[in-house]
Amino acid sequence: MEMMIKEKIKQVKKGNQSAFEDVVAFYQNKVYQICYRIIGNAHEAEDLAQETFIRAYVNIHSFDSRRKFSTWLYRIATNITIDRIRKKKPDYFLDAEVKGTDGLDMYSQLSSDQPLPEDEVESIELQNYIQEEIMNLPAKYRSVIALRFVDELSLNEISEILNIPVGTVKTRIHRGREALRKRLRHV
Amino acid sequence: MTCKNEIIYLMHKYLDGHLAKEEEKQLRSHLQSCEACQQHFHELKRTVTLLKSNSHIQAPDTFTNNVMGNLPKEKKRVSYMRWFKGHPVITAAAVFFIFMFGSMFTAWDQDTQLTVSKNKDLVIQSDNTVIVPEGITVEGDLVIKNGDLKIDGSVNGDVTIINGQHLRASAGDITGEIEQINQVFEWIWYHVKDMTKSVFALTKR
Repeated sequence: MEMMIKEKIKQVKKGNQSAFEDVVAFYQNKVYQICYRIIGNAHEAEDLAQETFIRAYVNIHSFDSRRKFSTWLYRIATNITIDRIRKKKPDYFLDAEVKGTDGLDMYSQLSSDQPLPEDEVESIELQNYIQEEIMNLPAKYRSVIALRFVDELSLNEISEILNIPVGTVKTRIHRGREALRKRLRHV
Repeated sequence: MTCKNEIIYLMHKYLDGHLAKEEEKQLRSHLQSCEACQQHFHELKRTVTLLKSNSHIQAPDTFTNNVMGNLPKEKKRVSYMRWFKGHPVITAAAVFFIFMFGSMFTAWDQDTQLTVSKNKDLVIQSDNTVIVPEGITVEGDLVIKNGDLKIDGSVNGDVTIINGQHLRASAGDITGEIEQINQVFEWIWYHVKDMTKSVFALTKR
């Protein structure tokens, strides 16, 4: 797979735009998941993931082909997402929580045509709860957690992507895991 | 509970995948004897499992199409630049020819003034005719631009007439070659020959 991506990147560098389509298709979920884990909102995560790929395409010539493409791509994704958090303005999305209601978002204000199956509702609730707890961590912990658990990256890779020492990555993973353990122990 | 911190560190190290054999033994034997740590370890592993379960987080089906639709269109200039970068020799040759022919054509166009290489003993008439008078010998080559030449005396060398004629009525005497150039292509050919000649002259030296 790595070889296939390498070949595609080579073609993109030569100016073959359509070769980029396969690259996007291959990485879209990983990038989207990383963005979602850090930003905590599906709409924004999609927006950020899209921007990640566009920026990767525009700057493809600055990518060193001898290195791992995913590392480079994830670095763009985390940078863009953390940047967005820094200058975040209050935005309104359908799945943003409505103030004064507990866990209600605007989707629940809309009448749904079909009731979801019981266990699916449960798992969605659980997943939302997990994400909520992740959002309670500071952003710098979220980015480490996202990289570690979305693509099971090694501590060294995470340190390279986020440009922080391995020791710091380790500390943040340990603390993040410990904090989430306390919050998720009863689910 | 004094054991805890060290053991918890080992748990995290295990979850990072960095645990040495010796440490693993230590952790295992401790877990067998300590229920609190067992519980802690179990919770940590469960947390990791929960965090890893992200298969429900999927980019929308339209995602790839959206990205491809939003990519900047390749500018023509960019693709030209890439081509030039890929073919440096051809680019260099093209630039060279543009400059060479460019300068030749402008030289051909602009020179309408009569110029004569050796002026000293020559007679220049108002109708742009240059005359080498009788009894005069011009030493060396003679080049005349935009004018006719009439030789009554003699020239001790080559004669080149550009954009003009050699008036043959004369009984003059040329020891070298005589050359007349009137067409643009001949003009270019003259330049090229001239250049090669000077190159060879240089290499001979």
